[in-house]
Amino acid sequence: MVYSYFPGCTLKNKARDLDLYGRRAAQALGVTLEEIPEWQCCGGVYPMNEDEIAVRLSSVRALNYAKENGGTLVTICSACHNVIKQVNNDMAADGTISTHANNYLKQDGIEYHGEAREIHYLELLRDEIGYDKVRAAVKNPLKGRKIGAYYGCLLLRPSNVMKMDDAEHPTIMEDLIEAMGAEKVVYAMRNECCGGYQTLEDKEVPAKRARMILENAKDNGADTVITACPLCYYNLKKQAEAEGVRVVYFTELLAQALGVKDENESAAAGDGDGAPACKCPMAAKEETK
Amino acid sequence: MQRIGVFVCHCGSNIAATVDVEAVAAAAKKVPGVVFSADYMYMCSEAGQALVKDTIKNEKLTGVVVCSCSPHMHENTFRKAASSVGMNPYMVEIANIREQCSWVHKDRELATQKAIGLMQAAVAKVQLNAPLTAGTTPVTKRALVIGGGIAGMQAALDIAEAGFDVDIVEQKPTIGGKMAQLDKTFPTLDCASCIVTPKMVEVAQNEKVHIYSYSEVTDVRGFVGNFTATIKRKARYVDEKKCTGCGLCTEKCPMRKVPDEWNMNMGKRSAVYIPFAQAIPKVATIDPRYCLHLTKGTCGICSRVCEAGAINYQAKDEFIEEKYGAIVVATGYEMIDPGAYDEYAYTQSPDVVTSLEYERLMSAAGPTGGHLVRPSDGKEPKKIVFIQCVGSREEDSCKGGKPYCSKVCCMYTAKHAILTKDHYPDTDITVFYIDVRTPGKLFDEFYRRAVEQYGVHYIKGAVGKVVPNPVTGKLEVQGADLILNEQVHIDADMVVLAAAIEPSRSARQVATMLTASMDTNGFFTEAHAKLRPVESPTAGVFLCGMAQGPKDIPETVGQAGAAAAKVIGLLVKNELTNNACVAHPDEWMCNGCSQCEKVCPYGAITYVEKEFKMPDRTKKMRRVAQVNEAVCQGCGACTVTCPSGAMDLKGFSNSEIMAEVDALCR
Repeated sequence: MVYSYFPGCTLKNKARDLDLYGRRAAQALGVTLEEIPEWQCCGGVYPMNEDEIAVRLSSVRALNYAKENGGTLVTICSACHNVIKQVNNDMAADGTISTHANNYLKQDGIEYHGEAREIHYLELLRDEIGYDKVRAAVKNPLKGRKIGAYYGCLLLRPSNVMKMDDAEHPTIMEDLIEAMGAEKVVYAMRNECCGGYQTLEDKEVPAKRARMILENAKDNGADTVITACPLCYYNLKKQAEAEGVRVVYFTELLAQALGVKDENESAAAGDGDGAPACKCPMAAKEETK
Repeated sequence: MQRIGVFVCHCGSNIAATVDVEAVAAAAKKVPGVVFSADYMYMCSEAGQALVKDTIKNEKLTGVVVCSCSPHMHENTFRKAASSVGMNPYMVEIANIREQCSWVHKDRELATQKAIGLMQAAVAKVQLNAPLTAGTTPVTKRALVIGGGIAGMQAALDIAEAGFDVDIVEQKPTIGGKMAQLDKTFPTLDCASCIVTPKMVEVAQNEKVHIYSYSEVTDVRGFVGNFTATIKRKARYVDEKKCTGCGLCTEKCPMRKVPDEWNMNMGKRSAVYIPFAQAIPKVATIDPRYCLHLTKGTCGICSRVCEAGAINYQAKDEFIEEKYGAIVVATGYEMIDPGAYDEYAYTQSPDVVTSLEYERLMSAAGPTGGHLVRPSDGKEPKKIVFIQCVGSREEDSCKGGKPYCSKVCCMYTAKHAILTKDHYPDTDITVFYIDVRTPGKLFDEFYRRAVEQYGVHYIKGAVGKVVPNPVTGKLEVQGADLILNEQVHIDADMVVLAAAIEPSRSARQVATMLTASMDTNGFFTEAHAKLRPVESPTAGVFLCGMAQGPKDIPETVGQAGAAAAKVIGLLVKNELTNNACVAHPDEWMCNGCSQCEKVCPYGAITYVEKEFKMPDRTKKMRRVAQVNEAVCQGCGACTVTCPSGAMDLKGFSNSEIMAEVDALCR
């Protein structure tokens, strides 16, 4: 199986583990993620720009490419997923946005009305590959590990558009945890906000949120928390050591379970906490502080 | 040739503002057959009716068309007026130029044109109308009450008081309903058991009332005055007549792990059980899902210890049939499962409970003997948070939320707060609310007592998350205070959810059987929201209690009495006038195919062999349809099904309807 794949900016920089292990795990499961050519930033922070068209155009270009190449676009970054899926929904259901966007894209010869399907990597695992197949492919079951899934906001909400899982009762990551042979830990804070971009304004806001989340996970017995979002990872990771809970990308754990992770490789691939590979604005700002 | 009068109503400005009523009256004068036309401010008024009556007499009218509101409103009014001056009431037709014209249009010119069209269609129909006479049918003087809660019990007692027999069908093993599960009642704080159990005894002792407990209505046929209901008496495995209610079997039963529905599944009961000490009828019931004898063929202890020999493992469901003149629907309510609102952690912590569960925790007959403790560790809660409107007043229904206000939650939460503070004064209580709604006699005073006298903290705002902390055992409540515009964090010991009220799960099936209509929320619809609040649009079916909409106990009792009065008004009549607009076959055209018999929802059509004199002077036996006019409701299903066009409906004949269509298309 070959799927069009949209990695997104962060996965090329701070979140390279999320991307690398995602691709490798997919390969091990017999799926090729074909990175779409010349992709651009998904548009980012979509919800803040309700009537802005320009930020949606790059998402539409990516979706249009997927429409012409297999019909399905896979994302791993939950922020990109959220943006592209909402844009896809707008293109199919919101006449005003769809008309404006198509007027812009006419010069590129693009006409798009939400024909492509946008799925998250987790949906690829659950619905396309199937957790039974994942379970069968696990070489190093994560026996004895107690893992809590951290969803954050972007994966599940708005639930009537994302349609991935029940926003209050999600099970998609917990089922994956069990498929990998680990014990799932269900805790109340798993679908609460990590503080998000507040980190640019006031570091204490996400720090407090992250401590609440990790404490709740730990109190329920989790030794590790997995996430699909680079921003959640960033916010949680800062408190992880103090709280005594490991925070990892779900793809890294999946690659480990499938036996396609080289144990010495992680640091080389660039952990989220390591030196950034490029000077992205967020990293630059952080350094000046 | 008919002599037809056309009467155009202004309905104040309801019609006249959008339709040029004078133009309609003028246009009527040009329609062949119309000998008189007039417009008037309120045709339904005494003076308007007098105009109709006088004109019938003076102009020697043979037919009348009234251009006014829906026939649902005033067809009967004008038929009565016509009949008082000797005209057959079925010679009156209504052209609905209000609901179907003035109310739904804005353009005066177009609306006037449409009103003229509707008037012409009605005139065309009256041209073909023939006088009809309605027959009568006798009334069965017995009532059926579906549901044995406080609504059903009150209705049954009031009907019995007038001397009629009443059957109560209750699906649970005991009557009493939800009220019997309550601890105290607002705003007077009388003990619910102390007022409802005497009522239950009164029902049991009334010779006119018959209780079918652990039973369901499975089928209803017939029509007003003449219903036939099939009642399924579920196998109890205990002979009701022999059982003395001594309770020995329930003590000896070794299967003791059955979730106790009576205590909202917070305690356990045995497989053979009596729901509670004051149950009526006080007889045991064996739960076939858990009984070791019925599931595995072992045990049999209850049958050995029963001195009355009442246990019968071979019992089967029994079906009985009974005739009724009227039916009261009192199917009650349930609380929604707040599990979908998992931000409140109902599925994650046993210390998050619904209000009905809290009610059982407060009750002296409850799982804790009235000692308020946390279900998780049996400790007394020191901090309790109440969350209002869980699933009520919510437009987004993907979680099973309801758009309406559940009405009783504000008051019972104030009651819970007061009772808790009364028993455990050092408890800290916070209530998160959207609005506090306490209209009702002594209701607001009660709520203010909770705030002012008992010091309950009311916070206007919503709770975003309840996080159970397994280490401290606390429930971390995160909420917002909308007045102070502040985040609120409370480490609570218990959280109580005022979950929304929804109709009983069996209500839809009952509605289908009775062809009684329901609203989008599954509550039974009344015939008129203001003027006929206890009647279903289906004749002979009456409503009371929460089945019709959320309401408290006094309202329920009042409504039950009103429904009973309506039932009595029906049952005292010896006969009812039938619908005159019934189907009738043209026997010469009928080819005996039986299609009409199959589609008739009322079973009004049968086939008979009949001798006919043929044109060639021979005699021939032919199989033809016959309509029971007392049973036919005039729905018209047979007329459109009949392949040979033999079946026709009096008052709505094919030719009359085609004439209307022709007039409209002209």
